[in-house]
Amino acid sequence: MFTQYQLDSLPTAADPQPGLVAVAMSGGVDSSTVAAVLLQQGRAIVGLTMQLWNQRRLPELQGEGPAQHRCCSLDDVYDAKRVAQHLNFPHYVVNFEEQFEQRVVRPFVRQYLSGRTPIACTNCNTDVKFEPLLLMARQIGAERLATGHYARIRRNAQTGRYELLRALDDSKDQSYFLWGLTQEQLSRSEFPLGELTKEEVRALARDVNLPVAEKPESMELCFVPNGNYVQFIHAYSREAGKPINDTAGDIVTESGEVLGRHAGVHNYTIGQRKGLGFSTGKPLYVLAIDPRNNRVVVGEDDSLHSTSFEIENVNWISLEEPAGPLRAEGKIRHKHDPSPATVEALPGNRARIIFDSPQRAITPGQAAAIYSGDVVLAGGWIK
Amino acid sequence: MNRIYLDHNATTPVDSAVLDAMLPFFSRDFGNASSIHTFGQRARSGVETAREQVAGLLNARPQEIVFTSGGTESDNHAIFGVVNAGSGALKHLITTSIEHEAVLNTCQALEKQGLAVTYLPVDGNGLLNLDDLRKAIRAETLLITVMHANNELGTLQPLAEIGRIAAEADVYFHTDAVQSAGKLAIDVESLQLDLLSLSGHKLYAPKGIGALFIKGGTRLRQFLYGGHHQRGFRPGTENVAAIVGLGKAAELAHAARTSDAQRISTLRDKLEHGLLSRIPDSRANAADAPRTPNTCNITFPGIEGEALIIALDLKGLACSTGAACSSGAVEPSHVLTAIGLPASEARASIRFSLGRHTTEAEIVAALEIVPAAVAQLRQLSPTYRTESANTVK
Repeated sequence: MFTQYQLDSLPTAADPQPGLVAVAMSGGVDSSTVAAVLLQQGRAIVGLTMQLWNQRRLPELQGEGPAQHRCCSLDDVYDAKRVAQHLNFPHYVVNFEEQFEQRVVRPFVRQYLSGRTPIACTNCNTDVKFEPLLLMARQIGAERLATGHYARIRRNAQTGRYELLRALDDSKDQSYFLWGLTQEQLSRSEFPLGELTKEEVRALARDVNLPVAEKPESMELCFVPNGNYVQFIHAYSREAGKPINDTAGDIVTESGEVLGRHAGVHNYTIGQRKGLGFSTGKPLYVLAIDPRNNRVVVGEDDSLHSTSFEIENVNWISLEEPAGPLRAEGKIRHKHDPSPATVEALPGNRARIIFDSPQRAITPGQAAAIYSGDVVLAGGWIK
Repeated sequence: MNRIYLDHNATTPVDSAVLDAMLPFFSRDFGNASSIHTFGQRARSGVETAREQVAGLLNARPQEIVFTSGGTESDNHAIFGVVNAGSGALKHLITTSIEHEAVLNTCQALEKQGLAVTYLPVDGNGLLNLDDLRKAIRAETLLITVMHANNELGTLQPLAEIGRIAAEADVYFHTDAVQSAGKLAIDVESLQLDLLSLSGHKLYAPKGIGALFIKGGTRLRQFLYGGHHQRGFRPGTENVAAIVGLGKAAELAHAARTSDAQRISTLRDKLEHGLLSRIPDSRANAADAPRTPNTCNITFPGIEGEALIIALDLKGLACSTGAACSSGAVEPSHVLTAIGLPASEARASIRFSLGRHTTEAEIVAALEIVPAAVAQLRQLSPTYRTESANTVK
């Protein structure tokens, strides 16, 4: 009685798209190559680089030397401009600092302080790139927005829905971060790199002599210098006039036995082993974060595994919200292999996911994406 | 694409006559104006002719003109120079809330050094109130610095009255005339100015050259230290070609000012009235104030100025959201905020600034391009629909 998503009914590629395309350009090799690919296809393009965060804010976080390889650094804006000059297409820097702070940075800090482990990139995609940036792209006369994401979009002629698919290059796939896209957003988006491998992208970039062809990839959160998010949360809260003081609390076992002290729940994430500040005979992991009682619960690896959880703010992408349970695969973090599960939609944009076998560290604040093979069926935030 | 340039308050092209005047000083007459030999003398002659030409534009004496790197240096030199030459007893400055950053940030730097600064408010047209000014003057007031024409609105402050008030109070009077020099008659004597800043690239001379008028007898601490160039006021080997260019540009502006102003203001009015009549709910800012002849600033509720600038540029029309320096900044324009526009409207405001080479055909084309772009933006604007719905209720 399960609904099974029919993978073999995949439609052909989307309709040919005339009109101006806006390219979201970070200054990195991927989005720069998107511009080159579209130009090779004979499309008219305009480059847009988002200014999202003022790197001069929170000066105490600035290390020695110039800020490099972080989004919104002047270097990156300059790189995007150089690519546009090299390939000879119009390019503009657009300011979305306010939207970025409201929709990405503030929720990121708030979530950590409430004991969750947020994914800023998903918020940035859903609420900034494919929201105000897409709107601006359309306002300046572009029909569509192209980005350097490794993922694919197809229109299913039978259902009429736009479908989100994994990238062909599994190692680069970013579809997990894109589950929040609505049908309207998908209908106006293009991911030209979805069919390419990273090596092919670099080769293309070298072919057209892109000045960023050899630029290293940035893996950090763009607004957090040196990847030190705890330091960022402190500095940001101090700037907002709400310094974080006296957040210490107990580290306890599942039965409530106090093993040690912690310096604030935002320092921990579920599954974490290192940095607990004490040692016992057996390796211990963070099992749960209890912000209400300001406690961090630790235990053995076995206790980290569970099968059933709920997601909220669910977005159904490649199919409408199903009436009955659905067989699919669930993916609970970026580096998690999708695992067979039964999914059931619940009222109020929620869903329950029950894995066939227990999965490690299902973490509130992270997202779960529901796949059927390569197709992203839906996604939501882990409660 | 034939591009239309309506951003002359940001910068102007170098006039061909200016370029012609400059060219010999890059190669044939390349000498150092401080050298004794003939090469040096030719360069010196170019510099001193330019000094006379700039002085002529302002009704100043040539020895009261110091060449600088531009408006920002002139403003800094004037304000820091007066403050640092003083005994330290006079610790108060008066300015307005709509000055260019070159003045505002200089004043803020001085506040950090312990000086007090009064930032006078302006009315809806961007004009300061003379009574406010009189009341702001204290016993320890050292300097009044008020811009002549505002870069974003074109609003002209009543310099003659301010000069009278400053003279009566025996307070130094500086004006940033970067946006008005060459566009309007300026007589430093009748305006009772002690200091005036101007910039070359706003009046068809190159970027990187400007001038500071320093009334004879004004005590001013030098800003840069070095050789004895320009009587020690501004050491550094003179940028001869650029100085010659500024001189020529001043001469041209002096000769053509009246006819230019009439022609340009006619085109400006045609643009402004045309846009207001073709675009519903649009409003001109500071339109009731005395203004520079070339500037108009219009609010198109429901749009993001940044998006409109890009849409227009893609259609070949260049204009701006305000001061070029503030593009990319999150904060809405401090000038538009000061005349009382809420942030959403300040962000929905566009500046068109015409120039000597603007043609009627370009204005006619702009009157087609802008309404179409605004309509396109509004069609996709959630806020505009909301605003319309609210007005229907």
